[in-house]
Amino acid sequence: MIILDKDNFEAEVLSRKGYILVDFWGEGCEPCKNLMPEFEAMAGEYQDSVAFAKLNTSQERRLAISQRVLGLPTVVLYKDGQRMGECTKDSANPEGIKALIESHL
Amino acid sequence: MEAIYDVIIVGAGPAGLSAGLYAARAKMKTLILEKDRTGGQIVGTDEVANYPGSIQDATGPTLVARMVEQAESFGAERVKAEVVGFDLESNVKTVKTQKGDYKAKSIILAMGAHSRKLGIPNEKELTGKGVSYCATCDAEFFTDLEVVVFGGGDTALEEAMFITKFARKVMIVHRRDTFRAAKSIIEKAQKNPKIEFIYNTAPKTFIGEGMVEGVELENLETGEVTVLKADPNDGLMGAFVFIGYLPETDLVKDVVTLDKTGYIVTDELMQTGIPGVFAAGDIRAKSLRQVVTATADGAIAAVQAEKYVDALAE
Repeated sequence: MIILDKDNFEAEVLSRKGYILVDFWGEGCEPCKNLMPEFEAMAGEYQDSVAFAKLNTSQERRLAISQRVLGLPTVVLYKDGQRMGECTKDSANPEGIKALIESHL
Repeated sequence: MEAIYDVIIVGAGPAGLSAGLYAARAKMKTLILEKDRTGGQIVGTDEVANYPGSIQDATGPTLVARMVEQAESFGAERVKAEVVGFDLESNVKTVKTQKGDYKAKSIILAMGAHSRKLGIPNEKELTGKGVSYCATCDAEFFTDLEVVVFGGGDTALEEAMFITKFARKVMIVHRRDTFRAAKSIIEKAQKNPKIEFIYNTAPKTFIGEGMVEGVELENLETGEVTVLKADPNDGLMGAFVFIGYLPETDLVKDVVTLDKTGYIVTDELMQTGIPGVFAAGDIRAKSLRQVVTATADGAIAAVQAEKYVDALAE
């Protein structure tokens, strides 16, 4: 699991060749805390095809807003630095995230 | 042979956790099924000031954590699985989930309710991009920005006050000219210098490409339509919706009796029309939906479920 912040976001996400899935979470967000273990479990399942990363928006608010993330939890899929799709709120669950990955791989 | 529980409780909010505590303490073989978030709506609440015993620093999450610990200490099992269907009418009842079927002699329906949406254009597209239903999740994004809050009940005003910890200004837009929130909450909100009130007004559509940049409002008395725009220096604004709840009764609507707004009708023993099937908490038709009434429902339902299961054995 890659831990993202403003110093490595460019290199890890926007300059990456291939897929990366970013879990935007926040310290006060209970649904985010519920999702996290499931997100971490999925990382193993897709380890050959998709990189998994998380970003603490409580620490990196401006970075999240620059990615047009203004609601939590939000999981965004990037390919070659391009935003391919996202799951937010009701769809930010293991089924929704799987559907997002499967529709782009 | 697969395990048959004495009781399966569907939902892990205050009603379900209270039912779990009472059932497990009565030595019933108890399973609590929960969807994606333990605790239900109350975990979205920053301050729980009106649940007896929850003083000072009690928040939704801390209160729920204690309820979970208490239920588990008596032996209630918890499984995270989304329920996809029920077979409630036989003596042995089945709860179908994405992780397989679970069977029990009695069932307590405690699935609660979820936030009602405005149902206006761009609401769905801008959810997670300025439109929010959870202040504790999202208020932080609007630090030093402007926020509009829709609603007129306790939740709307309490959440608006919470949002003022971050936002520089919060405008509460309400359909009527008076709030239905408790007087003490209204007075507290009116004293908050960051809060402005816009009465007799309803939202028509959200404006913005990729983020909420404004909202079109209609004055319900004059019919006048105005646009509330984000400050050009900000470029975006928050829009929080707290206009009530809808019960999670889709999966049971054909088998139990619902009132005309979709809530499950029970008697005072929490019995639905189906023997051995009980309902507790916000999912039930009742006059006051609070943690304190949810936990009371849960306790009554568990005690009645125990009586029902004991009678089956005789």
